[in-house]
Amino acid sequence: MTDTSTNGYKSGSNLERVLAAGHFAVTGELGPPKSHDAEVVRRKAEFLKGLVDAVNLTDNQTAIVRLSSIAAGVILIQEGLEPVVQMTCRDRNRLAIQSDLLGAAALGVKNILCLSGDHQSFGNHPTAKNVHDVDSMQLIQMLKDLRDESKFQCGEEVEGDSGPCFFIGAAANPFGDPFEFRPFRLGKKIAAGVDFIQTQLIYDIPRFKEYMKRVVDMGLHEKAHILGGVGPLKSSGMARYMRDQVPGMIVADEYVDRMTAAVAGIPKEEKKARREAWRAQGIKICIEQIQEIREIEGVAGVHIMAIEWEEAVKPIVEGAGLLPRPRVDGE
Amino acid sequence: MIVGEQKPLAEIKGMLEDYRKVLVLGCGTCVTVCFAGGTKEVGILASSLRMATQLDGNAKEMDEETVQRQCEWEYIDPLEERLGDYDAILSLGCGIGVQALVERFPKMRVLPGLNTTFLGLPSEQGVWEERCQACGECILHLTAGICPIARCSKQLLNGPCGGSQDGKCEIDPELACVWQLIYERMSEFGMLDKLMEILPPKDWSTSRDGGPRRIVREDLRLPEDYQEGESSP
Repeated sequence: MTDTSTNGYKSGSNLERVLAAGHFAVTGELGPPKSHDAEVVRRKAEFLKGLVDAVNLTDNQTAIVRLSSIAAGVILIQEGLEPVVQMTCRDRNRLAIQSDLLGAAALGVKNILCLSGDHQSFGNHPTAKNVHDVDSMQLIQMLKDLRDESKFQCGEEVEGDSGPCFFIGAAANPFGDPFEFRPFRLGKKIAAGVDFIQTQLIYDIPRFKEYMKRVVDMGLHEKAHILGGVGPLKSSGMARYMRDQVPGMIVADEYVDRMTAAVAGIPKEEKKARREAWRAQGIKICIEQIQEIREIEGVAGVHIMAIEWEEAVKPIVEGAGLLPRPRVDGE
Repeated sequence: MIVGEQKPLAEIKGMLEDYRKVLVLGCGTCVTVCFAGGTKEVGILASSLRMATQLDGNAKEMDEETVQRQCEWEYIDPLEERLGDYDAILSLGCGIGVQALVERFPKMRVLPGLNTTFLGLPSEQGVWEERCQACGECILHLTAGICPIARCSKQLLNGPCGGSQDGKCEIDPELACVWQLIYERMSEFGMLDKLMEILPPKDWSTSRDGGPRRIVREDLRLPEDYQEGESSP
């Protein structure tokens, strides 16, 4: 059996220890490939090594089949990084979820992020049946009961000395509607048993500040660690697309304008030069955002989503003055 | 009501390829109300099929009939004596009607002319929307009378998810976010504290997940020695 002693921590994960010690945490994200090529995971992991406290592995992100988040997480452990395995309710019922959680724990995974999952109509198998046997709120409860009560969802006891001990995460979207309910929904996730929160990408800082003010007024920041989600924009087209097309997302015009201005004077034919100008601007904006978000009361860290652009994480964390990452003993 | 939608003509034509004389059979209940399988639709479909098969040089005979309810024996039993004339029945009833005909007339070929789509209502003229999934354990008293099982794309019991924006669901800008509706109604009735309660995982055993469902009401069953013509007990 896996050693589950956690030395006073809930899970003993690096992320938990960094947060518990009061450091400003940094998590990254890695999208597993649409193949069984472990090298892709290793290569991407290399870009994140030493720069973040833990790395999210997406679970069939945007409902596109990819190498499993648990398997990718285990590859990360082999590479010396700490995974946050994402788990959605879209593809598994409560039997499969709990079985996969036991498996993940047996393989050394300590952080799990509970999600509903993007609807399959967005992905590459739009004719698939979805599951949604439990929702993300109930998934959080399930992990908590496994850890704190050593009980399965049905109430039966987990065999052995204890259930799997996870540091339990969930997502929050401060920009979804109804806006006034969003802090309460966060409160509901905390009541369900969440330990840390990673927010949706923030491209509207005034609105995020307003959200966090309500969260702090409710005292929620003292009950769970809240990491603000950031990500570098890659081009003005991407900024505009996210502003206009992605449901549940708000992108301030300021960022769209700055991304557009970044390539002013560079002819369209000079694709490489435009790409570099955009990317430099995207990284610059991201660094500024981190610095601003860091000053907001109740924010315990940042979650950097640079999917398919993992190289950007280094200049971002360096530029934001977040290196070196702390080492907290006590595992 | 049960809402249905006629299958494309080409698909129906394909199903009928091997049959020469067909009874197009409508149903006078739900699918009549939703303009998919009543007398009028039977007439239009039968004419279209007559013309289409004639143009193909393979003219088929199409008779028309509509019964009050395809899903009850008493309305379909009288068809029996006429069925010998037909190679197949094209049912414009819902999936229940099709199967009732199959069960009552096991020697007949019965084909579905409709896609049975959902349990719902006409929200305005020409628009039908789903309202119930027949999950077998109603929770409408917990969600201000608005069903997230039938109307949330992810069937969330503790919504809304992050994809709710401007009152719409992330999967379709025409679709209301049902959790926005629930939120507004609970807010109006001063019930937001109820919305803070976490609804536990649903018992899906009463839904289709528990296997095909059956209700037995002993108080209504006829005794085994009951003879036709006797008054019910």
